[in-house]
Order: sequence, then structure tokens, then C-alpha cells
Amino acid sequence: MAESPFKADIERVKKEYSEKMTPGAVVYLPGSSVINKTGSWRVFIPEFNKDKCVRCFLCYTYCPEPAIYLDDESYPVFDYDYCKGCGICANECPTKAIVMVREVK
Amino acid sequence: MVKKVVSGNYAAAYAAKHARVEVVAAYPITPQTSIIEKIAEFIANGESDIQYVPVESEHSAMAACIGASATGARAFTATSAQGLALMHEMLHWASGARLPIVMVDVNRAMAPPWSVWDDQTDSLAQRDTGWMQFYAENNQEVYDGVLMAFKVAEHKDVQLPAMIIESAFILSHTYAIVDMPPQEEIDEFLPPRKPLYTLTDFDNPIAVGALATPADYYEFRYKIAKAMEKAKEVIKEVGKEFGERFGRDYSQMIELYKTEDADIVFMGMGSLMGTVKEAVDVLRREGYKVGAAKVRWFRPFPSEELYELAKNVQGIAVLDRNFSFGQEGILFNEAKGVLYNTDAKPIMKDYIVGIGGRDFTVEDVKKIANDMLKIVESGKLDEEVDWFHLKR
Amino acid sequence: MEIPESVKKRVSIPFEEHFYAGHTACQGCGAALGLRYVLKAYGKKTIFSIPACCSTIIAGPWPYSAFGAPLFHTAFETTGAVIGGIEAALKAKGYKVKGEDGIMVVGWAGDGGTADIGLQALSGFLERGHDAVYIMYDNEAYMNTGIQRSSSTPYGAWTTNTPGGKKHFLEKRHKKSVIDIVIAHDIPYAATASIAYPEDFIRKLKKAQKIKGPSFIQLYASCPTGWRSPTDKSIELARLAVQTAYFPLYEYENGKYKINMPSTKKEPKPLIEFLKLQGRFKYMTKEDIEILQEWVLKRWELLKKKAEIFG
Repeated sequence: MAESPFKADIERVKKEYSEKMTPGAVVYLPGSSVINKTGSWRVFIPEFNKDKCVRCFLCYTYCPEPAIYLDDESYPVFDYDYCKGCGICANECPTKAIVMVREVK
Repeated sequence: MVKKVVSGNYAAAYAAKHARVEVVAAYPITPQTSIIEKIAEFIANGESDIQYVPVESEHSAMAACIGASATGARAFTATSAQGLALMHEMLHWASGARLPIVMVDVNRAMAPPWSVWDDQTDSLAQRDTGWMQFYAENNQEVYDGVLMAFKVAEHKDVQLPAMIIESAFILSHTYAIVDMPPQEEIDEFLPPRKPLYTLTDFDNPIAVGALATPADYYEFRYKIAKAMEKAKEVIKEVGKEFGERFGRDYSQMIELYKTEDADIVFMGMGSLMGTVKEAVDVLRREGYKVGAAKVRWFRPFPSEELYELAKNVQGIAVLDRNFSFGQEGILFNEAKGVLYNTDAKPIMKDYIVGIGGRDFTVEDVKKIANDMLKIVESGKLDEEVDWFHLKR
Repeated sequence: MEIPESVKKRVSIPFEEHFYAGHTACQGCGAALGLRYVLKAYGKKTIFSIPACCSTIIAGPWPYSAFGAPLFHTAFETTGAVIGGIEAALKAKGYKVKGEDGIMVVGWAGDGGTADIGLQALSGFLERGHDAVYIMYDNEAYMNTGIQRSSSTPYGAWTTNTPGGKKHFLEKRHKKSVIDIVIAHDIPYAATASIAYPEDFIRKLKKAQKIKGPSFIQLYASCPTGWRSPTDKSIELARLAVQTAYFPLYEYENGKYKINMPSTKKEPKPLIEFLKLQGRFKYMTKEDIEILQEWVLKRWELLKKKAEIFG
């Protein structure tokens, strides 16, 4: 199973994160947003049917987070830590391999 | 030492060149314009490789200086009155982002009615922007001030912008002898800038000026307050070093002139203090025990030095070439505030002089001396604020 | 995890990611997607300056950053001036700016920050010829302050200060054509782009990188929050804007106009297809829609003429 490309960043940010007040309010940690798990915003969740997927990468291309990455077979993987559930991927999917369903938490 | 006969504006331009400024972004405005004209001339003649950005407004002048300074360059600009007011928003930005930009402001009265003449209200209206302010008495101080300002502003514990202020026409367009040290000696005094941060480290990219929530903003402001406090020390150190290297000592934030045994002291800023010193000499010859206190640095405010002075004099006549409507002269207001919680309680009176370029003469100082002496002798202050020149 | 090269090759946009998840853009945000594309195209050797706008928030409050490249936040009206200053400083320091291996300097500002309050600084930036790229992400209103009309807001749109209502108080001015103002500066390269066509956008970004002098790209970026549109329709709407010729894709390069695919393909779709998906147009009367449709086709004809004459 592929893992989130941000996993290493989360480790890095957790290690280096500091609330030390820097003169000029300089942010020294690039990509530190990754510790903010925006998946909690989600109401609808993308459900993926691998059998229908034609690996066109449109879901990957159009994800504004980005919360879709590709596994080593180039199928999309949904990063539910960050997916806000906007549904663009489902709307753009030409084969309806992605559908949005209300998430049960 | 090279001695050149130059205007205050040319002194500023030479200082910028000698400080090895890397980026200048500026916009023309009378009476500042000849500063940037001279810098452009240096570039045109191949005497300097400054990157010159001829922006479309003063607001953009400061914005471009901010971009340049954040990228690590030594940035310089100059302006006056309306231009400075237009920059106001970005003055806060420069200090908030801790960028040691140096700017010359040629004091000019704010319109309307239109005026291009000397008045300190334009710069004093910027007092809360987090900029240091140095008021020059003469062309030499304009030159020295710019060099020192970079050194103070870029000090690792300061990292705040600085404004060098000179009088419209009285300095900006009046020629006087200015001593300019050899470039090598200036380079030793003012080495290349070591920025607090840079935007060009692509392996460690930073973000500057992001949103700070109420949980954090407070501390960032405190840091600026502390840096400004620290600047007092740095100003004195740098002023002393400047004196040791170049023979003109600036270790005092308030320059005292014949105040040791003075009963009355005239206190003010900028070119008018030249007139005051001359008047002090005249009055001394006539037997008056008077002195002058020239406030060089208005921000940070030299509270301790003012206290030391105030506890030994009977009266302070504050000469304000500025006014805060609804209150009083701005230097007067500051000075009174500083002394409130101390045991130094000289009688203080505010004389509003020279506004909008009105002539201020030795005779005027003599009149003020007589008025102030009466007040000190009687112990009765008739009025706090005196619109001294008023046509009655 | 290492993605096989074979997979990377099949993806039509650069694989490298310098825009980080966890940012605080709204669901379905076009601006966030645009930033992701810009960071993919230019990589980390890019200095951004962003004025007050949604992207200030998207980039992250202190001490967070969603960027993998340096970023200088600036005041609303100053983007053009600040990137000019950054470029001047880079040159003073001897860096190579722009070009294949040079440092990219990017101004990224919204339509309010570009068409309105930042227009003067933009003009100065263009006219002085700085080596930098200015990207206006156009979501057609002041979204960060809560959806107020800008001069880039289209005719008939609801915003909070053109609210529709019983007296029919809607936006009465047509969208200002910022790119025409930009082109009037005779700069080497200007283009429109859309988040629905990332390959086209990235190609334009790359072109802007290579060309010396100032470049300008007006990127159409959907805003579900401000457009009162479903979050999943962001791409569809941006695509419809192109297909209806409401926001045609074209380039202006050294005096020549070129309309880009897919804008050239066929006759524009009826504008209503674009309007009906958005709540912001729901107050428009039939006459209002006709007025807007007519304006769109008139502008489209004008553009085609330009491409024909100056192609």
C-alpha cells in the first residue's frame, strides 16, 4: 500500500515545529501546513471503485489540496487526512469510478 | 577626508553611494528630487552600480524597497511630505517585517494649502510606524546620519528601518562643506549587510509576514518594542565609533550646547537648532545663562538623556516646528510625558515656530529667552503653547 | 515511496509537488489549485509575493506554511512594486533571474488586488520591464473580505454589496478587461488561463519563464463560496467559462494574438449553461442574461478579429 507523500513532512514538521517567536514573524518551516488535518472538514467522502478506474489521472490533476496521490500501479489513493470532500474528483471522473457518499463518523 | 561643497540633498545622495546601497526605488517630489537625481547621475556616469527602480508612486517606492530589502539588499529611498504620507502604510510594513531600510525625508509642510517649505509635521506624523528618526542640523549631519543609520538599522539586535530627516531648502538646497571619509574607511565602518532572513535560500524557504492570530501578534509587537529600546544603546555605540573613526562624535542622542550652568534651555530638532546655537552665543555674551539641547534622535526617544538634562535646569523652552491639532507641539508633548513620573520638573513652554517654512531667527530666540526668563523668575506659566509668530 | 518513472511520464502535469496539503482554502477552491499548478511549474526556486487576499490565508497563518518556496506577504496594492523590488535586489546580488535556470519571481494576486487597488503598481511593474511573472487569479470578486464586487465582477452577479433583492440591485457594470490594459503596456507576453486546463496553464507559465521581461497571466479560478456554486463544480464551471467564450483562452506574444485550444474548436456554448450552475446569477432576469450573453459574444468576435488581424 502506498503511503501519503506528506508522511515524511509530517515527521519533519513535528520534529522541527516551534512556536518560538521569530522577529518579523518569519515562518521557517516550509510545508508545515501538513500537520493541519483538514480531513475533519469533510461531510461527503469519495468512494473509489478500482475496477472502473482507467487511470486517466484527472482526479489527481484536479485535487486542490492535494489529497490524491498515485500508488505504484498508478491508481489514485485518497488521503483522507486532508481530503475536504469537495467532490471535484467525482465530478471529473469520466468513468464514475469515484462517488461521493455522506461520511459516517 | 574629501571635502565637498554640496547641498543637503547631494550629501544624502553621496552618503547612499558611499554606504554601497544596492537598490534605490524612489519617486520625485520637491524638495527631495535632487537626491534621486544625483543618484541617477552616479549610475549614468558609471560611478555606482545601484539598481535604480523609478517607481510610479512613493507607496510603490517603499513597497519596492521592502521587496529588495527582504531579498537581502541594502535599500534606500527618499521622499517628502505628501510622498511620506502616501508611504505611511508601507512604513509599518517595513518595520513589521524587520527590514533595515534607510530613507531620507526632506521635511516639508503638508497641504493644503500647498507649501513646499520646512515643517516637521510630515515626519512626526510617522512616529508610531516603528521607524527610527534622526533629525539633521546641517548637511554634514545628513551625510553622517545616513551612514550611521544603516549601521544602526542593520545591527543584529535592531533590524528596524531608519529615517534621516533634513529641512526643506534650508538644508536640502543650501550648499555647505561636507567631510566625506575615504571609501575604504567607510567600508570598514559599514560592512556588507547581514540580513535577518533571506528569500533566496531555496532549500530552506521561508514565509514572511503571514497572518498572526491574537495568540501571537502581541509578542511580535513586543519584539519590535524591545528592538527599538535596544537601538538606543546601539545608536550610542555607533555614534561613538563614528566619532573615533571620523572625528565627529554622535554618542549622545541629545546634543547639549552650553547647558552645564544654564537656567534655561532651548530644546528642538533639525536645522533650526543651528540658529538657536548662534543665539545662545549672543545671549551668553549678553550675560544670559542659556543653553541648547538638540534632540538628534526622536525615535527611539532619548528619555534618560532628557531626564539628566531636565533635573538641572529651571526652564525648558521647546521649539516645535510642527503641531498636533487638538493637543500641542509634538516634541513638547513627548518631553513632558517623559518627565511626568520623575523628580525633574522644570517649567516647560511650547513655542510653535517656523511652521510652513516661516523664518526663525536669532532675534526670535532672544524674544523667547526673555519670555521664558520672566516665567522662570515669576514661577508663573501664562500659557503652555505659544503660536509665537502669529500676526496679531 | 518512489513513484515509477513510467507513471510519472503518463501524468500530463509535472509530478513534483511544492504545495502542501493541510492548507486552509475552502472546499473546491480554484485559487488553491492554481497555486499548486504554479508551484509544480516553477518548483522551489521561486520567490512569491502575495498581497492581502484568500491566498494569504491559504498559504498559512504563522507558524504554518503550505508553500515549499519562499514567500513574502505584502500589502493589498503593492504586488507589482514588491516583485519589482525583489527582482532589482536579485540583480544587484548577481543572481540570474527568469529564464530556464534563473530564479523566478512571481506576483500572485486576486482580481481586486490587480484590477482595482493594485492596478497602479501593476502598471508600473509592466512599464518598467521587470523580469518577473504577475499572475492574477480571477475569481471575480473580493472573496477574502466576504464576496464584494470588484471591477472584475461580471454583469448581473450577486455579491454582498450588489445583493439582488426586491429592488433588483445587482452588478450593473461589465467585467473589466485587465488583460487588455496589460497588453496596452506592450509587454512581451500576456495570456489568459483556466484551472480547468492545467496543461495549457503550465505551458503558459513555462513560456512566461523563458521570455525576458514582464509576463502576465490572468487565471480563471472558481470560487464555490463566492459564486454560490457546488464545490464539486469548480472545474466544470471553469471549463464552461471557456467553452461559452465567457473567458476565452488566448495568448498575446510580441504583438501577436493567438486563441488557444479548446476555445477555437467550435461555436461557443450558450452562456446559460455557465450561469445556471451558480447561485450568484440567480437574480438575473431574462433581459439581464441576454445583455450578458450579447456582451460575451461581442467580446469573443472582437478577440477572433484580433487573432485574425494580428495573428
